Amino acid sequence: MSEAQNLDNKNQLDTATEAGISRLTPEKIKKVVDCVIKRETGVRFETYMQTCIHCGLCSEACHFYLSHDNDPHYSPAGKIKQTIWELIKRKGNVDRDFIRRAVRIAHTECNLCKRCALYCPFGIDIAYMMLVMRRILHKLAVTPLYIQDTAHSHSVTMNQMWVKGDEWVDTVQWQEEEAQDEIYNLRIPLEKHGSEIMYSVIAPEPKFQAQLIYQAAIIMNTAGIDWTMPAGVGWDNSDMAMYTGDNEIMGRVKRAHFEAASRLKVKKIVMGECGHAYRSVADMGNRWLGWSMPPVPVVHAIEFYYDLLKSGKIKIAKKYEKPVTLHDPCNVVRGAGLHEKARYVANQLCDKVVEMIPNREHNYCCGAGGGVINCGPAFKLSRTEGNSVKAEQLFNAKSRGAMTLIAPCHNCHSGLHDIVHHYEVGLELKFFSDIIYECMEKPEDK
Amino acid sequence: MNVIYQFVAGPLAWAAFILFLSGIFLRMIQLFVKVNQPEKFLLHYFSLRYGLRSIIRWLTPFATTNWRKHPVFTVVTFIFHGCLLITPVFLSGHVVLIDEAWSLSWWTLPDGLADLMTLIVIGSCVFFGIRRIVRPEVRFVTDASDFILLVIVAAPFITGFLAYNQWFGATWMTIAHMLSGQILLAAIPFTRLNHIILFFFSRAYMGSEFGKVRHARDW
Amino acid sequence: MTDKSAWDWDKGDKTIDTTGWSAQYKWVEELHAAPDGQTLAAVVNVDQGEFTVCVNATSWEKTFDKIWHLRFLNDGRLTALVSAMGQWTVAVDGSCWDNTFGFVWNPLFSNNGKHIAVAVQRDMRYCMALNDESWKTDFANMTYFALSPDGSKTAACVQVKDADSGQIQKFQKGTFTAAIDGKPWEQTFVNVWHLAISPDNRHLAAEVRLNLYDYTIAVDAKPWEQIYQSVWEPVFHPADGSVTAPVKSDGKWHMARDGKIIWNRGFVQLWRQRFSPDGSKLAAIVAPKFGRWTVAVDQELWAVSAKQMVTDLAFSPDSSKIAALFKSGGYWKIAVDGDLWSRKFDRVFTPVFSSDGRSLAAKVETKGKYTLVVNGKLWQQSCDMIWDPVFSPDGDKILIRFMKDGIYHRRIELTSNISG
Ligand code: HEM
Ligand code: SF4
Ligand code: SF4
Repeated sequence: MSEAQNLDNKNQLDTATEAGISRLTPEKIKKVVDCVIKRETGVRFETYMQTCIHCGLCSEACHFYLSHDNDPHYSPAGKIKQTIWELIKRKGNVDRDFIRRAVRIAHTECNLCKRCALYCPFGIDIAYMMLVMRRILHKLAVTPLYIQDTAHSHSVTMNQMWVKGDEWVDTVQWQEEEAQDEIYNLRIPLEKHGSEIMYSVIAPEPKFQAQLIYQAAIIMNTAGIDWTMPAGVGWDNSDMAMYTGDNEIMGRVKRAHFEAASRLKVKKIVMGECGHAYRSVADMGNRWLGWSMPPVPVVHAIEFYYDLLKSGKIKIAKKYEKPVTLHDPCNVVRGAGLHEKARYVANQLCDKVVEMIPNREHNYCCGAGGGVINCGPAFKLSRTEGNSVKAEQLFNAKSRGAMTLIAPCHNCHSGLHDIVHHYEVGLELKFFSDIIYECMEKPEDK
Repeated sequence: MNVIYQFVAGPLAWAAFILFLSGIFLRMIQLFVKVNQPEKFLLHYFSLRYGLRSIIRWLTPFATTNWRKHPVFTVVTFIFHGCLLITPVFLSGHVVLIDEAWSLSWWTLPDGLADLMTLIVIGSCVFFGIRRIVRPEVRFVTDASDFILLVIVAAPFITGFLAYNQWFGATWMTIAHMLSGQILLAAIPFTRLNHIILFFFSRAYMGSEFGKVRHARDW
Repeated sequence: MTDKSAWDWDKGDKTIDTTGWSAQYKWVEELHAAPDGQTLAAVVNVDQGEFTVCVNATSWEKTFDKIWHLRFLNDGRLTALVSAMGQWTVAVDGSCWDNTFGFVWNPLFSNNGKHIAVAVQRDMRYCMALNDESWKTDFANMTYFALSPDGSKTAACVQVKDADSGQIQKFQKGTFTAAIDGKPWEQTFVNVWHLAISPDNRHLAAEVRLNLYDYTIAVDAKPWEQIYQSVWEPVFHPADGSVTAPVKSDGKWHMARDGKIIWNRGFVQLWRQRFSPDGSKLAAIVAPKFGRWTVAVDQELWAVSAKQMVTDLAFSPDSSKIAALFKSGGYWKIAVDGDLWSRKFDRVFTPVFSSDGRSLAAKVETKGKYTLVVNGKLWQQSCDMIWDPVFSPDGDKILIRFMKDGIYHRRIELTSNISG
């Protein structure tokens, strides 16, 4: 926490990033900027640069702007002005202080949530512009320490948390054994060729939240799903390299994921409750690889639960009693339109669902997404303080009775956890799978 | 003076139109040539249905969340844009000129209405200018070019209004009107005024992405 | 390859009834059929935390705390990864390797089925073990494993310099390298992926990242002089020792051999390149345009393409034909030498050529039922489960292994009976 406080000083980043910045020369900066802008951007970038009429209408879309008392430094166009516009105007002739500010803005003051794309009359994609900025920062080797380390982990292990090959299998088998206490013949089939479904997760599950694998196993077994998990690389669907601008590693990690599915000959991939992973698999990673749509259909957990409940494969023994409110994760709502399905699932599981305001496509981001939480504890305070409007939104739902907050996304979960604590909102956080596990009918033991 | 008038009304007018049209044409060519490099997927997701859905939605006042959030701005911008487009095209003075030159004519605005619309455009530009100064979030992203653009837009309307109402030296005013109109035309393809055209492309792209790929609304 | 001529190729049908198995055990896991079709095996649970393998209704003598990755080898032996008393090892036909380990995973088998390699962890150090013999050296981390086709050499990407998580500077100086038979290269790299061992077992090639941005191929620790925006896995030529890999430069993927671009055009994507067994042809899966996939053979594109994906590119053993699977609109088709077979399926599994290349067969699925497609024609049986078909050495007959109503069948059919 002490680290968090002193690094919250605007003029300083973590030591590793500062070291990176101290190595920069004006020539190097200019060279990288020219190279990225010339070789990697095209019509989209130019159109956004030329079209933006400087009207400021996007401002109120952004939770950072709203949470900082409408400080224009945090408005979407304001952040682009301080980064990309300036870079282009000065033809890449900027100094280290500029880069330091750009790191902070691009990596910690924008969640790439795309809410502003719904507010700009021209549909200018600020998140894309921020990614261009991050790509430049990546090429300058000044990506914040924590998320850079995560990108390294992806590059070595194809997973987010340096989970080694044996640790992964061992954890899955351990959860299988644990869950067999509940359903005696339960299985988590590893490397089962020709299954219908490959289930993939993000590395924090085996690392810290193994109970989520346990719960998934109970759900899969109860619903009688023909499923498998890969024992080799590709089991992890997450991708922080996507957010550091290391597109080459992003593509490599996504290829490993799809090739695991292809090797196992499954019909589709079902993924756990994670939003950014969905974006990486079904939006950005596939495109980098040349697949216009995911070559193996990718089903997000929300949609999967929807199908299970709708088809009666999972039955609810007793509905969850406490009133819940539902957070719409950016990446699967603005990113995949799963909001109505999420509501169906919530209503099937729970007695009472209290809507947040705003909701669906207009929900506020949790503040953690887009790799912001992955920049580490140094930026935790600025992240939570940068999202007081989320806290207000939660308080409002609470005032209308909500006691439990469902966040069907890992990043949202962690981000909301921090907000709930920082502002003492007093809501209990759950994944859908927590509630399904709690409320579903389970098979009788032999 | 006659010489100057002839020059502005003749060659310069042609030059402005040529710049305007060829500028737009070149921009379009550039857009279509470059659309596939280096981002090869841009055209791939294009959807006429969702592109139009988005364009129509955003061209309808109060049909989007953000238009509703800013009622005054929305009213002003829609009326402004309407007047901006309609007034010069249907102004009787303009139609008469075209009729004389090419024997082409169409419906024209009653002069009183045309005057009013001209004043609306000028008033809107003042409104936008003031907005740029008083609203911190707009001021922050504003630079000198934005005011210059407003002047470029307002100038033909101001001078036209003055010339028509015979204030100050009418001929000089007419020359100033023609000149400023030509500057506006020529500026469109080369300044942020090309949002006139690019709007349809950026909107169609976002509309397609949201409708076809993301299954979500973009308003 | 294994000698299939000694197998029973007499036309007919043998069955094994598995309906009693579930009563015999608490549960029965996935069934595996031997390559010759004579045995059927599964991991079974005998009691809580007690597993064995059931082979043709008879259990292995030993039981284990846990068994996974049960597979038949090409020579017909049955292998699995097993654990007892917290230690893991490899079991073959019921008997275990002498060595035990903290963990074993990622088993690799030689083509003839005689050699087994696994990745092992012992006391949180990592190495490979081949036929019950581990490397003399072990490493802090190990990723990407390889076994030479003849089964005599093992290789892996290993971490040779310490860098704790969070030490990004150290990591970026290079902490990984490749090791063959436990001997690491001297050079280190930021990353090393996808190893290939040459057919003569004398060379090792890998994808490497030199810093965060520059990629190339390293052969025996020596990087190619050219650097690229990215690279994919290298392969050795079957005879001349050259190394070929897809490389990305100027935003496009190109085919490169020993650092020189050999195909005259670039692609949106290019991977899974394969040489014909005789080394005369080079084929790869390519995306000539965004969202369009096909096969390129010596840089010539097939006329057919798929919108979703192309997989399972393979040459016939006699090098005469090439097959691949094409997926469009959610359905799979088989393509041979640039022609798509007309039938489409929910799923097609890896196609199998006869050794003379005259016939091609594959396991296919339609609406949850399985059958075979042989030279474009369907076998008129619909099964609950079917294994990949096996051709007789002369290609005239097909061994079909399938399940119907709990009964396993081993059937020999004349190829011509199905393909007409
Ligand atoms: C079709 C012809 C169009 C013309 C001739 C035109 C012209 C203009 C002009 C002259 C301005 C003032 C520039 C400034 O403030 O610097 C302006 C502003 C603006 N236009 Fe347009 N425009 C057109 C179409 C559109 C469309 C289709 C949209 C999309 C909804 C649009 C949205 C805006 C917005 C949001 C502003 C910002 C006002 C401000 O704050 O300054 N325009 N336009
Ligand atoms: S993408 Fe989200 S966080 Fe970033 S500027 Fe837009 S609204 Fe703000
Ligand atoms: S709303 Fe769009 S056009 Fe207006 S300032 Fe924001 S990004 Fe630019």
